[in-house]
Amino acid sequence: MNPQLFQLICFYAFGFVTVTAALSVITLRNTVHAVLALVLTFFSAACLWMLLDAEFLALALIVVYVGAVMVLFLFVVMMLDIDQEKMREGFVKFLPVGLIVAAAMLVEMLGLIGVRAMHMQVMGADPAAAAGTSNTAWLGHALYTQYLLPFEVAALILTVGVVAAVALTLRQRADARYESASQQVKVNPRDRVRLVKMAAERPVDESPVPPQESKS
Amino acid sequence: MITLSHYIVLGAVLFCIAVAGLFINRKNVIVLLMSIELMLLAVNMNFVAFSRFLGDVSGQVFVFFILTVAAAEAAIGLAILVLLFRNRSTINIADIDSMKG
Repeated sequence: MNPQLFQLICFYAFGFVTVTAALSVITLRNTVHAVLALVLTFFSAACLWMLLDAEFLALALIVVYVGAVMVLFLFVVMMLDIDQEKMREGFVKFLPVGLIVAAAMLVEMLGLIGVRAMHMQVMGADPAAAAGTSNTAWLGHALYTQYLLPFEVAALILTVGVVAAVALTLRQRADARYESASQQVKVNPRDRVRLVKMAAERPVDESPVPPQESKS
Repeated sequence: MITLSHYIVLGAVLFCIAVAGLFINRKNVIVLLMSIELMLLAVNMNFVAFSRFLGDVSGQVFVFFILTVAAAEAAIGLAILVLLFRNRSTINIADIDSMKG
């Protein structure tokens, strides 16, 4: 089969799955199912990026989004006790408005794309392969030379995000018991233990002798 | 034969689906957050397509940064959501009106 025709068939198949899954994200009744539909959307989008020879970003999308962000969403959705029916109130009421706005935006954007599509650009050779490297090396070279400072700022943003998320959700329970390490270190064995010296056995014929206490 | 327009149209369709999702799921904050993720995906799709068709690496670098910021945004947004649910026992937007905005 003609490889370009095969690419086109793959594009339509992946695009159909992406759009269908995106539609089910916003229409499904159960929030857990919506999150799973979003996972499917991201996965088919990663397949589409593979068709564009963007291998590193496609795999990063799967690892970062499907592996981390969507699991975080699933955790939160399953942790919160959500009244599904109450959440659906207003769905029918806002449906016409949403459809009208979305359709108007789509028509406008497609009109603009149609104007620009007069000189349609056909996919040429892979620019990374033309440069003689893989996509990852191509991207990494730009990332670590030309975009080094934004890369560091991105790392800083991620760190701030982690600290902020933990600081927001951290709480001290009033009824929880904690160990105070400083008090544990400062404690003296004499405050805790009292050594008692006493006879091994009592004489039978005499009155019992009280055990001698010694403060050691 | 795939052209640039194929990918841009797909990005536009995804973006409009996300906008419709913002409108019809006005009560559920989680679905609103997921719609925003869909919008970012549509934008990323355009960036990757333009980067490939113009042979410029900057588009893919920008997608990398968008993924980073989106991950941080999702983490903080979900933390705020958990905090909100803990304090108010609801994530219904209609109930979150204490600031009278």
